[in-house]
Amino acid sequence: MSDETTKFTVLHAAHKALGARMTPFGGYDMPVQYEAGILKEHLWTRAHAGAFDVSHMGPAFLDLSVQGGSPDERHAAIAGLVEPLVSGDIAGLKPGQIRYTLLLNEDGGIIDDLMIGRPVDPEFQGRLYIVVNAGGKEVDFSLIGKAAGPAARLDRADDGALIALQGPEAAEVLAKIFPGVERLGFMTYRRFPVGRRSVRVARSGYTGEDGFEILVPAQNAGDFWNRLLADERVRPIGLGARDSLRLEAGLPLYGHDLDQTVSPIEAGLAFAVSKKRLKAGNMRGAARIAKELAKGPSRLRVGLKVLEGAPAREGARILGPKGANLGVVTSGGFAPSLGAPIAMGFVPPARAKEGARLAVEVRGRAQAAEVVALPFVPHQYHRPAKPSA
Amino acid sequence: MRFSKDHEWVNLEGDVATIGITAYAADQLGDVVFVELPAAGKTVKTGDGLAVVESVKAASDVYAPVSGEVTEVNAAVSDNPETVNDQPEGIGWFVKIKVADPHEVEGLMDRAAYEAFLQTL
Repeated sequence: MSDETTKFTVLHAAHKALGARMTPFGGYDMPVQYEAGILKEHLWTRAHAGAFDVSHMGPAFLDLSVQGGSPDERHAAIAGLVEPLVSGDIAGLKPGQIRYTLLLNEDGGIIDDLMIGRPVDPEFQGRLYIVVNAGGKEVDFSLIGKAAGPAARLDRADDGALIALQGPEAAEVLAKIFPGVERLGFMTYRRFPVGRRSVRVARSGYTGEDGFEILVPAQNAGDFWNRLLADERVRPIGLGARDSLRLEAGLPLYGHDLDQTVSPIEAGLAFAVSKKRLKAGNMRGAARIAKELAKGPSRLRVGLKVLEGAPAREGARILGPKGANLGVVTSGGFAPSLGAPIAMGFVPPARAKEGARLAVEVRGRAQAAEVVALPFVPHQYHRPAKPSA
Repeated sequence: MRFSKDHEWVNLEGDVATIGITAYAADQLGDVVFVELPAAGKTVKTGDGLAVVESVKAASDVYAPVSGEVTEVNAAVSDNPETVNDQPEGIGWFVKIKVADPHEVEGLMDRAAYEAFLQTL
């Protein structure tokens, strides 16, 4: 059922035509699965290439209002406007590079997780490409807009399509449409011309597979989607499989594994914290984050393999071997690639060691579970060997 | 075969009802990955939780469409949950219940009524 507040992506009609089952997500009416179903869609993505409509997310461009100085100076200026809000080193982005980073509150809790990219083109320095979560759009854009003030202008790009193409065959498929795309390294992006317009192709994703996230102007979205699906290696994949894929990849989902109380260190996201900025105390929540980094946090996000019984879902209690209450599952379900239930959740660090035997409580029954390393399924990111300097 | 509004089917032979979920329910659930069945000997009342079906996405309760005692459970669906998707109204049955009152089954919908009910959803 949709009501007047439900939003639709530009590909909505295409999903209906493909027989998708739709569900409300992040304020949008989104495909949860197509006719193949979640299990087959998941396995197809791991073996071939899956196309995902993720246009509910929040892409935007932040541009300096006054473009002066050298390209590097312009980048330093725009980075300086955003850095006070986030955990990462934005000034240190190389041209064309994207970084996964975290919007922090004053207590070092996570307001949202997002991607920030620096354009490769010299003429576009002084711009950042930002992609936030669907549910966080209004809050995040307002925070960033306020922080930038009159020094920069935030242009939302969520009227177009954001399409993810993920899987081992994604690069070959996309290279037929955009020759050269295969040379992009993981977490870099560039523009490709489509007529008089541009698409932005990022080598990134949320499945653990090699793949791309492509920002397409609304006018070109339908054609591009159909062109992807015309390749027999590509099938449409719904949000159901997107969730099981990201869970197997050990990637946190905001609002479930991450929230305003969770710090980057608790979440196992220390890699997204700039040690240089932290050392300088130049970060929201720096005191807590530095302390947790030095002495360890009071809880840690772990991966759990459920060794018996039913899948443990979000909210299930995590118990010690003698029944002590240790924490809760924040994401959990059946892992199609492993044929077994898996979960992520938070436990005290003493219980977070690989191999620790714990239990998860499902419908009042304690089921054996074991702490395992994340990701559950190895990442297949495309990291070209660095040319020797 | 009779049907409940919760999408269970009931096939009564003598005073033993074989119970499963309908093809519609199995399709709505998607790929079934886990089925939790009651123990044989359990007594249930109409509307009680009888079993739990887990798809990749979510857990769903299956309610007892009739009252009685569980006499047999189908290990085939707990061992191979995909059986529920493959043949929901056949070998994918869940339990057999010795019904307390065979007349209760007559109160459920016949196939035509169930098909009509599905049209209203």
